[in-house]
Parts: sequence; C-alpha cells; structure tokens
Amino acid sequence: MAIEINGTATPATPRPGQCLRTFLREQGNFGVKKGCDGGDCGACTVHVDGTPVHSCIYPAVRAEGKAVTTIEGLAQGGALHPVQEQFLAEQGFQCGFCTAGMMMTAATFDDEQKANLPRSLKGNLCRCTGYRSIADAVCGTRDKHNHDAGAAAGAAAGAAGATASRAGQLGDNVPAPAGTAVVTGTARYTLDVPAEELQGLLHLKLLRSPHAHARIVAIDKNAALQVPGVVAVFTHEDAPAQFFSTAQHELYTDDPDDTRVLDDVVRFIGQRVAAVVAESVGAAEAGTRALQVEYELLDTVFSPQDAMLPSAPALHGDKDAVKARISRPRQNVVVELHSELGSVADGFAAANFIHEHTYRTQRVQHVAMETHSSIAWLDEEDRLVVRSSSQVPFLVRRTLGRVFDLHEDRIRVVAGRVGGGFGGKQEMLTEDLVALAAMALRRPVQLEFTRTEQFTAATTRHPFTIKLKAGASKDGLLTALQLDVVTNTGAYGNHASGVMFHGCGESLAVYKCDNKKVDAHAVYTNTVPAGAFRGYGLSQTIFAIESAIDELAVGIGMDPLEFRLRNMVREGDDMLSTTPEPEEDVHYGSYGLDQCISLVRDALDRGKQRYRDAGLDDLGPDWATGEGSALSMIDTVPPRGHFAHSRVSLLPDGTFGADVGTAEFGNGTTTVHAQLAATALSTTAGKVAVRQSDTDLVEHDTGAFGSAGTVVAGKATLLAATELASRIRTVAAALTGVAESGCVLDDGGVDCAGRRVPLTDIHDAARHQGVQLAAEGNWDGTPRSVAFNVHGFRVAVNTGTGELRILQSVQAADAGVVVNPRQCRGQIEGGIAQALGAALYEELCVDDAGRVTTDILRQYHIPSFADVPRSEVYFASTNDQVGPLGAKSMSESPFNPVAPALANAIRNATGVRFGELPIGRDKIYVGLKEAGLVPLR
Amino acid sequence: MDMNTIEAVVPTTDPAEWRDGDAWLAGGTVLFSYGSTVLKRLLDLGEAGWPAVTVDDAGIELAATCTVAELYALPASEAVAGRKWPGLDLFRPCCDSFVASFKVWNMSTVGGNLCTSLPAGPMISLCAGLDATATILAPGGSSRTVPVAAFVTGDGQNGLAPGELLRSIHLPASSLSSKVAFRRLSLSNLGRSGVLLIGRRDADGGLVITVTAATKRPVQLRFAAAVMPGPAALAAAVGRAIPAELYHNDIHGLPEWRRDMTLRLAEEIRAELLEERLTVSGDFWTGPSGPPHATSPQPSAQP
Repeated sequence: MAIEINGTATPATPRPGQCLRTFLREQGNFGVKKGCDGGDCGACTVHVDGTPVHSCIYPAVRAEGKAVTTIEGLAQGGALHPVQEQFLAEQGFQCGFCTAGMMMTAATFDDEQKANLPRSLKGNLCRCTGYRSIADAVCGTRDKHNHDAGAAAGAAAGAAGATASRAGQLGDNVPAPAGTAVVTGTARYTLDVPAEELQGLLHLKLLRSPHAHARIVAIDKNAALQVPGVVAVFTHEDAPAQFFSTAQHELYTDDPDDTRVLDDVVRFIGQRVAAVVAESVGAAEAGTRALQVEYELLDTVFSPQDAMLPSAPALHGDKDAVKARISRPRQNVVVELHSELGSVADGFAAANFIHEHTYRTQRVQHVAMETHSSIAWLDEEDRLVVRSSSQVPFLVRRTLGRVFDLHEDRIRVVAGRVGGGFGGKQEMLTEDLVALAAMALRRPVQLEFTRTEQFTAATTRHPFTIKLKAGASKDGLLTALQLDVVTNTGAYGNHASGVMFHGCGESLAVYKCDNKKVDAHAVYTNTVPAGAFRGYGLSQTIFAIESAIDELAVGIGMDPLEFRLRNMVREGDDMLSTTPEPEEDVHYGSYGLDQCISLVRDALDRGKQRYRDAGLDDLGPDWATGEGSALSMIDTVPPRGHFAHSRVSLLPDGTFGADVGTAEFGNGTTTVHAQLAATALSTTAGKVAVRQSDTDLVEHDTGAFGSAGTVVAGKATLLAATELASRIRTVAAALTGVAESGCVLDDGGVDCAGRRVPLTDIHDAARHQGVQLAAEGNWDGTPRSVAFNVHGFRVAVNTGTGELRILQSVQAADAGVVVNPRQCRGQIEGGIAQALGAALYEELCVDDAGRVTTDILRQYHIPSFADVPRSEVYFASTNDQVGPLGAKSMSESPFNPVAPALANAIRNATGVRFGELPIGRDKIYVGLKEAGLVPLR
Repeated sequence: MDMNTIEAVVPTTDPAEWRDGDAWLAGGTVLFSYGSTVLKRLLDLGEAGWPAVTVDDAGIELAATCTVAELYALPASEAVAGRKWPGLDLFRPCCDSFVASFKVWNMSTVGGNLCTSLPAGPMISLCAGLDATATILAPGGSSRTVPVAAFVTGDGQNGLAPGELLRSIHLPASSLSSKVAFRRLSLSNLGRSGVLLIGRRDADGGLVITVTAATKRPVQLRFAAAVMPGPAALAAAVGRAIPAELYHNDIHGLPEWRRDMTLRLAEEIRAELLEERLTVSGDFWTGPSGPPHATSPQPSAQP
C-alpha cells in the first residue's frame, strides 16, 4: 500500500527501520525538519490521516495506506492556511527551523487547546523567539502591544533626533523577507538540497572516541571497507598535518593551533577518530562499527583546578608554546591574565563591608534547532564548494585554505538559511571533513550531526569558576573588585582566549572602581571543548559581579539599584577593566544605561502596584516574594578588526539588490540591511533584495558574531547604498541637465527639479553609457560603541518545595536607534528565554569518566512554552554616533543580565544567595533547608 | 530516528517468533527515539487487533497497545458512563505527567511506557497506584500475571524475560472505586516528573500510597483501616520503605529534594484522604495553589 504525501501516492517504499521523517525528506519534503530526531522538539510534525505526530518517531512502514500531510501540503488551493497567515502577520519565527512543526501542530488546535498553549505546545521547542511571538501567531489575535512597543521605540528614535520612522525604512517593523518561504516550508536550510542537484551524494559518519585521553596505536579499516556501500575510510594518516583551531576569528592567531582534522591522540570522549564515507547513512554507520581501533590509554584530568596541578597529565604538552600559541602547554594553561589597577588591598582596607564568594557557571549547549551540517563537492571548474550551517562562511573558507593548502579562490563557502547559531556556528566542526572526503573521492559528501553529537562532540559555553571578593564603603562606593577566574576550555582551546578576556572586560569596566584585580586562566581538561556562546564570557562573569554588587548593597543597607547608579560608569568616564588605559577605539557613541535603570525600576514599581491592586500580592504562607535586577554592558563590535563588504546595485526593473557577506540565522539582519539600504535610497525594504552568506558575492565578511550583523555589516551596506544614491543622482543630473543638488530620490524615481525620472530610465541611461549603477561599501569594525541591558524580575519562591515563579520580567535595552523594533524586541525576548534556560534548567553534565550524560533533549531541558514568562521590553532613547543611522548591537547582550537578576530576586525573596548555576527548584529547596528556612509542617 | 540495522518488520503477537535481536514494536515512540545499532527485527504489534479498552464490573482491561490518547479519552467516554469510579480522575493527570505532548500520545502506548520502566513513567504511576496487574505472554504459550508495582524493578529495568510480551493491564474495580489523591512535582513547568505520588482510600478503609518518579522503582505504603497513620507514623513508614539509595538520582531532581518532597506529598495525601484538609497540586491544574504557569498577568511593553 502506497503512502500518500500531500495528496499524491508515492511510488517509494520505506526501509524496515526507517522513520517517517527521513522517508518524507527523501521524497523531497524538505519542510520536515530534524531538530532532535528523538520525538522531543516537534520540528518534524506532520499529519497522518489528519492526526498530528512527530514523524521522527513514527515508523514509516506504519504510514503505508495512509495519507500524510506535511507543511508543503498545508496551504490549499494556492491560499495559505490561516495559521500560516498568522505566523507571517505576527512574524512568529526567527530562524524558522521550528516553524513548520509549530504550524502543523497549531493547525490542529481547537479553542480549548489555544487557551492552554503551555500544555498544547509543550511538544514544540523554539530556541530563538522566547515564544511570545509564537503565542501571538497561534492565537491570531494581533497583539496590540506589538504596536505599542513599536510606537514607543519609534517615538524614542524621534526624540533622539533621528529620521522619523517611514514605511519600509529605519524604525519600521518590516517583516523578514524570507517570511513566506519560512511559513510554507520552502526556505532552504543547509541540507535542503534536492537529490538531483547532488548526483552521487555520499554520507560521512564519524567513529568517535570512547576514551577521554588515548593515543591511537592502530586502526584496521579492512572490515569497514568490506561493508557494502562503504566507499572510503579516513584516519589521521589521511589528514593534513596542519594544526588549526575550530574557532573562527578574523585573525586565526587569536586561537591556539591545537587541533587536526583527524589526530592520532584523542583528548575527550566523543572526539573524531575516523570518518567513514558510504553510499548511505546506514552503511556509513555500519562502517564505523566495523572499524578496529587499538588505543593506548593516557592519564586523564577533568577539572581545570586539577589540570593546573603539577601532577596533571598535559593534554597538549607535546606542543611548542610559541608556535601553537598556548601559554603554558605543560601546565594545561591555554591563556592567562594577571592585572591590578590601583591596589585592591587598599580598597579592601577602605571598605566597610566585604563580600567573598565562589561563583560557578555550568556547561550549557547552544541547542540551535538545526544541528551542525555541511555538504562539499567540486564544481565544474574543480573548485571546492562547501555548503554549511555557518555563521562565518568567509572565515571557514580561509581556514579550509590554510588547512588544505588551497588558495582561497579555489574554495567557495555558502550558507543557506541557517537554523540558529548562538555562537555555536562560529566554529569549523564539519566542513573540514566533508572537504577532505569530497576532494579525495571527487563526489559530493554530506555530514549531519545528530542531536547527541551536538551535546557530546560539538562545543559548549565555557564553565567559569569565579572566586570573587569585593568591598564597599558605607557611603555606597565600590572600593575594590577582585576576581580569580578559572575557565574550563575542555580538550581544545577554541575561543579560550577570547572568551576569557571578553569575560573580564565590560563586566568590570561598567563599574567605576579605583581598585580592580584580575587573575584568570583558561585551562585544558579531557572534556568536550567549550567554544563561543552568546555573551562570549560576559554572561559568566556578569553573573558573579552582579550577584556581588547585590550583596554589597545589602551589606551596606542600600537599595541595589541605587548602589549601581552610584558606581556605574557615566558618559565620558573611562571604561577600565584590566588595563590602565581604556580601549583606544571604544567610545560612548551613545549612553543609555541610566535610562535603562529607570525604565526597569519604574516597571517593577508598576508591576508591584498592579499585583497589589489585584489582590495578588499575598500568595500564601509558603511563598516568599522578592525583586532583583542586574545590568550589563557590551562593546558593540568585537575587538581587533571585524570587516564587512557590501555591494548595492540598481536592477533593471528599478528595484535594488544588496549583496552582503553576513549570515542570516534568525538574527534578522537581512531585514535590517534592507531597511538601512532603503533609508539611504529613499525606497522601502521590500524593494531591496538581499543576497548573503556566499563567499562569491563580496570580497570578505568576518561573519555574524559579536552582534556585528547590524553595526558592522549594516554600516557597510549603508555606505554602499549612500554611495549608490549619489551615483544615481549623478546620472539623473546628466540626463536632465538639473544640478545634482536638485535631484532627489524618491520611491522608484528621481525628482529632478520637478521632472521625475523613473529608476528604470536611470538604469537604462547608465547602461547605454556603459556604467553599472552599483556601489561597494566596507567597514572595518572600528571605532566601537557600547550597548546596555538591564533586567529586573519579581519572583515568588515556594519555601516548602523550592518552586520558583516569575511574577514579572522586565528588560530595558539601549540599542541606540532601533532599526526594526519588532525584530529587536524578538532578539531580546529570545535572549531572555535562552538565559532563563541557563539560569534555571540547563546543564550539560559530565560524569567522573569524562562522559557527557545529558545527551538528548529529554535530559537537557531547554525552556518550553510553559517555562517562559511574557517579558516587558523597553528601549532607551539614544542615537549612536558610531553605528549605522544611530543603531547599536542587540543580539548577544540581552542574555547577559538575566541570570544574576534572577539570583538577586531569589536572594531578595529568601535571603539565600545562590551562586551556582543552574538554580533548579531542587537546589533552591536544599539551599533554603540548609539556611533553616523550610517551614516545618 | 532511523534504525538502520533493522532488516525486517514482522507483524506478530506470538512470543514464539521472538529471537535474539528482536524487539516488540508497539507505538514505536521509545524505540525510534533512542534508536538502536543492534536490533535486527521489529515484531510489529500494530496489527494485533487487541481491543484497546475493555470495561466490565471487574474493572478495566487495557491492552498493552492502548495508546495514551485512548486512555486520555476514556474517562469521558461511553465505555465508563455510569461507573462510580473516582479512580478515573487519575487518568488525565497521569497522561499530563508525560513530558511528551498530546501528539506523541497519539502513538505511544500504555504497555510501552511500562516496558520502558523509567522512574518517571506516568503509566507506571497510574497502574501501580491502582494496584493494576500485568498479564505477560511467554514463548511456548504460557502466561503469567504480576502486579505492575512489582513489574518495574529499577531504572529502565523490569521483570520481562527475553521474548516475553506484555499483553494487557487490568485495573481492578475495587481500586477504581476508591477515593484517590494525586500529587506531582517537577523541576520545570509541565516538565518530567521528579516526584509523583498517588494515594487511595479503599472501601475497607485502608490507605495506599504509591511513590513513583522519586524512586528508582514504584514503592507502595499500605495501612490497614485499623492503623491509620498520623504524620509521624507516615513519615517513619516512608523512611522504612525507601532507603536513601532507592531515591532516583539524575538531572530531574536531587535525591535529597526527592526524599523531602516524597515526605511532604505523602503527608498532603494522607491529610486529604483522611479528610483532615484539602489541597491540590500539580502545575497543570488550576486550584487553590494558584495559576498554573509562571506568567506575568500584565501585558508586555506597557508604557
């Protein structure tokens, strides 16, 4: 019996152990996504005979004789399904990877299910949005507060003297250009390439190390090569000798050269041992199982504190410190920092209250819904092409060139739509392997990580241990701040340096304090490597410092926000962390921290009053309530150069094309670029078609990290568009004889002293003169400005069970002029949700043998709809002198103040300081019990 | 996920067909979720044709292949109309205790949950709490019956021998007729159960409290009508029945929290069933404990 897919019986029959998800994708239904492949995330939701199911856990043979509907079949007769219309209208997505499953689920809801979305949507996980926009989309009631937020931000921008918001331009809630593709399931992510475009596609699977530290003595490939379908096996003997780092930065020298494509020493459980390439995934898997590997076991060390002991095994002890750029390879120290400004001894002597505590942050994983994946092939010119789920295609090209000794013009790296990043895709974790195999076999090769590989063998946030000591005088001055920071970088040093230094940067610099001391070490251990993660070190140190600031305020009897107001930097103050002079290129392009504090304080006050007025302020004897806040600062651009090139051109039909280097993974920069160009060209975003993330499009782009998509790449696009506008006026002037100053662009033409010349005529005139109306813009990422976020919570804690309820969540952001308020609000809401996960639930656990035990989503709980409160979001009214049209960065930073604000609110409610993340209900209970606060019954 | 080592799907309900490398396929939601690199065949119960639910005066017989969706629908169905069985009130809270959503309930089965034998398996909670018995078919045509509370023997462990097949679960009318109480706590809203207790006051006045999720396997406390415990006696009984090492230790709750919450919820159930006081918990319920979810009641972005 045939399986019917979207009304058509398919001639194909499934394999015995196949799940419906892969069967549907094999038939070309790429809207069916793999988020987890274990039934947890719902991205693969389809209907079987009208019933919604998770196709990844549905035996495909069970669908025989049944009718399957995928997202591609949801729209009927050319009209979108109402749910699709609503997701489009409310922009209920960011990266869009979960969206098809979300809509296929919501399309089945009755009113009762819509009224209880926490329950109805618990089988659909979204990592980007924080669910607010999804709720609005599912319920289809256009939330008027959306417009309030937009209006407020628009007014703010106006008050700051920027261009008033015009439709399709700066300050407008322009929808994402990819919206229709996302809601119809036709947006092409990394692996959504039709089979006919990749004839002879091979699949690569990895044998991964079962040992935390071992030397590979021998690998016997023979049995593996006998497995039907296996084409090749690659081991360290086939890998280039060049060491590199999976971390991708503008300067590769920012990271140690400690990694090989395939190494003869494995340093964590899960490290690549060998790659098997086969005609099918199943054959490749069978090939990995057939490999015989002889290991010589080496001593292991799992904690960074132990790893610094003289007796510890040195993970990279064989490497040359200078050549590999490792601070002390024999002691496992990748990088270290020792600094003192002023004298903390004097500062503590002057203090009336001293707080000392060891703060700890855990390993967390990005859990982008699209796992790491890439496909490599050789094009007709024999050039290596890699299609990858990457935030940094240009840097991957550069690294592939370095590793394989290829000139960059022999490599093209492209990214399709990327299903979430959060820093995890600022690494090269798959591309080198498919490149190696594709060049050797001269056939297309694909590698797709499983969700378990994401947890066990990709990267995580760096765990920090922060011994903190801080002092305050009774009149409210921060007299000394001392940090001893140890970060666990795992088996490899990717991002170890950047994360450690950045962590010890803005977190300290935001406070005026004469005496600051930092000792920091990033240390190797035999565990899964840490890497770039949203916040890039700041979320960890800000958790410690903002917790400490709260304790100091309590200690001297001052309101914590008042204490912050007394000690935080004000516009013009030197921003100092670990060097006596401020960073040369960091300026107050604008300053809105004071506004953010006021916005949060006022909102918390109003919230308290609302609860009181509603008679909800007394939750009963078991409940303790409290408030807490935290602030954060971030440089708007990463240091030491972040480059972007853009090219904007006038197209024959009078619309515009913008080619940009930066990647789109739900961060919304495509929309921002279109709006910035539209503003410069006096048109609307809808008339600017953005192409991106292809190394063939523009010269170079450092990539989409450090929230650089708007402030660096956007600046390049704005410069290009401004130059193009000028050139268009020149052509118009020549055409009409009107002085250039009298030629003014409008939407679709140029007004030349009353005579309007359509842009199509301008294009034709230029072409006849042999002139192409296009302009390039580039920006090098300097000077930089600072952006601010302040978060506030009101919480209730059940002292009998440890249950935590968030009564109110407020964030104020200083993003400069907000280019797209709805999108920016979405970035903030998503950052809050991800931070709540890291604050309350998420922990990648590594056992005593170095093995990751939380390797599926049921063991690693990311926030579901039920976990995320609706947050109030406010924007400060500032206009940045550095960023494009007054804008600042706002993607990473909303994450940073959330965990300490929550810990401070719990402290305020209960009197107990929780200095270790995550703060689970069980840990709250145990903490309260130890403090003698659990009521006796 | 794909199980690429599977060579055949064999429709059968006969344990004699079972051989090494086989697995019984009911809903498939667990098998296909974890995957396997060793299984060779799936013995497909999908065409077994077993009636999902059979109701008579003796109680309710659930086929192992009864889906969670079918179980959820049961309390409101014709099949139990007119039955005065307070125990039916446990069915929906137990279904809602799945961390998986209603979509997975369309496929996953009561029997599958029992055979997976996780501490937090909510069908184990329900069936053990109601003193249900499981009928197991063995190769050779024999069958045996065991209490569900004893069927699950540890975290992911049960009393099934290789090839044995869970056929059905019987929920006795006597338990269904009892007054019942339900308590559950999780580390996240609507998350996996960290502690789940079901209480029953039987017609004979006896009190039964069944602890699941907190412990590696179900633990039952039984008190005859003549010896109804007070708070101290109950706590002592819990202490005797559950040694420290029996509390489950994983990411879903520290053992110390699970122990103290077991004591707390057991006492709440005792008090409720003995009508000393009434409280309700369970974060998907609205009740005296307040709104079910952590949500700011005020609108967002209000100026």
